[in-house]
Amino acid sequence: MTAEAHAHHEEHHSSTGLDNRKLGMWAFLGSETMFFGSLILVMLINKHNTLGGPGQEVLDLVLTSFTTFVLLTSSLAMVLSLAAFRNGSLLWGRIWLGMVMLMGLIFLGGQVYEFTEFVTHKHLTPSTNLFGASFYTLVGFHGAHVGIGVLWLGTVLAYSWRGRFQPGMDMWGIELVGLYWHFVDLVWVAIFTLIYLI
Amino acid sequence: MATVTATAPDTRTFAGTAWSWITTVDHKRIAVLYLVTSLAFFMLGGLEALLMRLQLATPEADVVSAERFTELFTMHGTTMVFLALMPLSAAFFNLLVPLMIGARDVAFPRLNALSYWIYLFGGIFMNISFVAGGAPNAGWFGYAPLTDTAFEATHAIDFWAFGLQILGVSSILASINFIVTIINMRAPGMTLNRMPMFVWMSMITAFLIIFAFPAITIGLVLLIFDRYIETSFFIPEGGGDPVLWQHLFWVFGHPEVYILILPAMGIVSEILPTYSRKPLFGYAVVAYSGAAIALVGFGVWTHHMFTVGLGPIADTAFAISTMAIAVPTGVKIFNWIATLYGGSISFKSPMLFAVGMVSMFIIGGLSGVMLGSPPIDAQVQDTYFVVAHLHYVLFGGTVFGLFGGIYHWFPKFTGRFMHDGWGKVHWLLMLIGFNLTFLPQHMLGIDGMPRRVHTYAADMGFDLWNMMSTVGSLMIGFSFLIFIINALRSIRHGEPSGSDPWDGGTLEWTIPSPPPVYNFAHIPIVDSRYPAWDIKRGGGHTGAVATAPEADAEADEPDIHMPNPSYWPIVMAAGMVLAACGLIFHQAFILLGAVLFAISLIGWIEEPAG
Repeated sequence: MTAEAHAHHEEHHSSTGLDNRKLGMWAFLGSETMFFGSLILVMLINKHNTLGGPGQEVLDLVLTSFTTFVLLTSSLAMVLSLAAFRNGSLLWGRIWLGMVMLMGLIFLGGQVYEFTEFVTHKHLTPSTNLFGASFYTLVGFHGAHVGIGVLWLGTVLAYSWRGRFQPGMDMWGIELVGLYWHFVDLVWVAIFTLIYLI
Repeated sequence: MATVTATAPDTRTFAGTAWSWITTVDHKRIAVLYLVTSLAFFMLGGLEALLMRLQLATPEADVVSAERFTELFTMHGTTMVFLALMPLSAAFFNLLVPLMIGARDVAFPRLNALSYWIYLFGGIFMNISFVAGGAPNAGWFGYAPLTDTAFEATHAIDFWAFGLQILGVSSILASINFIVTIINMRAPGMTLNRMPMFVWMSMITAFLIIFAFPAITIGLVLLIFDRYIETSFFIPEGGGDPVLWQHLFWVFGHPEVYILILPAMGIVSEILPTYSRKPLFGYAVVAYSGAAIALVGFGVWTHHMFTVGLGPIADTAFAISTMAIAVPTGVKIFNWIATLYGGSISFKSPMLFAVGMVSMFIIGGLSGVMLGSPPIDAQVQDTYFVVAHLHYVLFGGTVFGLFGGIYHWFPKFTGRFMHDGWGKVHWLLMLIGFNLTFLPQHMLGIDGMPRRVHTYAADMGFDLWNMMSTVGSLMIGFSFLIFIINALRSIRHGEPSGSDPWDGGTLEWTIPSPPPVYNFAHIPIVDSRYPAWDIKRGGGHTGAVATAPEADAEADEPDIHMPNPSYWPIVMAAGMVLAACGLIFHQAFILLGAVLFAISLIGWIEEPAG
């Protein structure tokens, strides 16, 4: 895909002045709010539905606070990456992008550890009770979003070596993944607050 | 190389023609694909309905078994909602939205093709169930615990659940596409306040879809987990709650009703002014009423659950919001009537369908207000009264509106008229047949005949009404045949229509029929709600719209850069549906589907968008 093709696209008439892809992303994220909203509601309904089995007490607040901190910080790195690419610094753009991926992977690692711990030591599986089922569904879907985000970031990073995001070029490729990443972060803030903290 | 060259396929050969349709990203051709496919599914859903009516024509008949009957009403509802009416609306979005707002295509042409192919494969996937061990049989709303493995151990429900997920993806992608197209690709001067009413309703429908579908997506995910990994979200024995399914379903399901009716309302809002030769009365109020219906539509869902026992407070609150939604709906109807008032009306077939839509929809709306009252609802819940109501809204409203749209815009698709006389015969037969089918069902419902039961005893007072209903349904089927023959014949032998046969007011009538691939040789400049009327009446902008596009189309053609055709959308859609097949048939399909999906994703990204 050539830079000219993208530059050409940018020139297209747009009623709002916004890029089509960005607007499309906003619409998609709007849809995602209802997706996660429904999942979170199901989780809240079943929060104490344990049938006497393991419930909220199995959640490890210390570990998750740490991974939450890492994930929230990754949004900062995302902003810095976009800023660096915009300023023409490919090196720092790539470094920060790599940092976002790394932090995403740390978050996922924490989640894998958490899930394994629950299944093997706390005897909580999706079929144990509805607390477990709702928890794994909600947190699992969020984790899948983070995973897709990491893959997407990797693709963007790879394209920075294939002639994209050079100084003076359009940055919509980074902006899109950034929007998505910030959204996934924001959803986690809601999940962490509603499921872990209260 | 993962790219398609810009060379057009050779359309003189059959293979070339087929390839050009498979790889098309042109919104007008995708509209045709949507139209043909949705009419095919409409016929299928109609045949399912006819089988049910034959079974019910006489008491204790034995046309189909009770088991087959449950499959028929489930697939009739599912097919009509998701495979016939929504995609038929999508055909109109595709054809009209870019033409009406003065754009050359939608915002994401390949995504548009992807939406279509996912829809086609998803529809086929769901109907394979008929020959693969049994079709879905828990009603179009799949109430728990009927959908639980304890009650349905075959894959019937899995076909339904995965099929709806697939179709949901198609609808959400298409809606994102149209939201962006409408918000971002309007011609200069085409402010929101000047958009044709159909475009307004398309935009509102698209917003409804992206906000309503996630609820059923989650419901279906939980259902699939219940069936596949032994969770018990909807199973009381495991602490689950079947009512949660009802909430998730109807939070989606009620907005879905408006998803089905708003496009038809948009079509009628275009047809009535054209054949009355008057601008739409109360334009702004009609637009805002559409938005109000959509907004309030998210707050009325438990009126489908009045008899569940949510308590008097919930029932009262939702009864009030349900009654409230009648206000913007009524406002629209009065505006349509006021549009007709004092107009110079010509009763061509599109106009007849539009007037039919308004009058039949009023009847459906009135029985809706009745059902919105919990005491009445408790009496007629799950009887044929509800069947009558929903068909007056979705057949009397949506189907009449959409058929009117087909007659109205057929010349724009093809450059030829549909035969007006046969169109009127179609309309008259359908109107009589429709009322003969569904008016008696009100009586059946009040007399207490339950819906979704495959037969009834004689001497219950049901015989006459049921026979009338069956005769009516056969008339509807016959009228549809007339329509199909008329349409097929008119494609080749219809009277040539020219570019503006109805003296239309919106932009699509300023360009040739069928429109050139780039739609507008020059992007028009708009300064009123009916730019085409302005030009023809000698006023309006003297800018781009006024220059005859036919005249200089040839000269301009090379300069207009249109997106290249692409085969990645169909490959990606196939990958998605194959993966779903894998969850039912054999795991190997999941791998195959995933590989296809990954390859097409890479191909998609690498392909020059053109």
